[in-house]
Amino acid sequence: MIETVIFYVFAVATVVSATAVVTVRNPVHAALFLVLTFFTSAVIWMSLEAEFLAIALVLVYVGAVMVLFIFVVMMLDINIARLREGFVRYLPLGLLVAAIMLGLMLSVVTSDVFVLDTGEPLPKPADYSNTKALGGVLYTDYVFAFEIAAVILLVAIIAAISLTMRKRAQTKYQNPSLQNKVRKADRLRIVKMPSEEKE
Amino acid sequence: MTLTLSHYLILAAVLFSISIAGIVINRKNIIILLMSIELMLLSVNLNFIAFSHYLDDLAGQVFVFFILTVAAAEAAIGLAILVVLFRNRGSINVEDIKELKW
Repeated sequence: MIETVIFYVFAVATVVSATAVVTVRNPVHAALFLVLTFFTSAVIWMSLEAEFLAIALVLVYVGAVMVLFIFVVMMLDINIARLREGFVRYLPLGLLVAAIMLGLMLSVVTSDVFVLDTGEPLPKPADYSNTKALGGVLYTDYVFAFEIAAVILLVAIIAAISLTMRKRAQTKYQNPSLQNKVRKADRLRIVKMPSEEKE
Repeated sequence: MTLTLSHYLILAAVLFSISIAGIVINRKNIIILLMSIELMLLSVNLNFIAFSHYLDDLAGQVFVFFILTVAAAEAAIGLAILVVLFRNRGSINVEDIKELKW
């Protein structure tokens, strides 16, 4: 019973904040509503016994990705009025597309073609750890995919840095290859001269 | 009244439809478009986790793990492109980016 109440409260909060994300005027407010959506989704994931992923959602999304979003939104000087042009014009089309999409998916979910009511799964033993079980699968059956995920993250780091890094003309920086190519003769000059007489 | 798999699937379907509508009505604003894509990935992840719970199979949660990884990479590169675009153009309006349009 309490699970049902929690589900409905957080499902309504998720839907309301997701609607706010796509409709509010200010992009900063949209980003903050997206944070709220992620938090309420994390609660729903937690109620589905996916504890590790619920915490990972809060840490990775709210902690890293959304901070990046808010940082970029606040750094750019955006003309909101121009970006809002056509909002009312496209609203009926957007609602139509969403309604068709929703109707299609609901007709699949509520139909009898797929037997979806599998019943509540068996309760896990008291010493069951979701993190441990997930790690056990991740590092054995899915270890190759895990390595590829690491490579994807590396590619993302290099891409993001190389895209946004720029060389300013007035910035002073070292050139390591030139530093390595320096020979002794380039910098040191030995001058022959007679030794001085002591007076 | 107990919760069934359909409850979670319907919630995910509603979230997905909201983000589809968001992409259509905010087609000028790249930032909101990126946020809508994040919302879509979230609803797909909710589907995966609901199936993983009700079918008692951890593979769904592993898949969500990889989707989170790819989504984080996508957000980082997308925002980097956005910053470069704003630096070169002084605008992030989709209408101003039309070199490849003919």
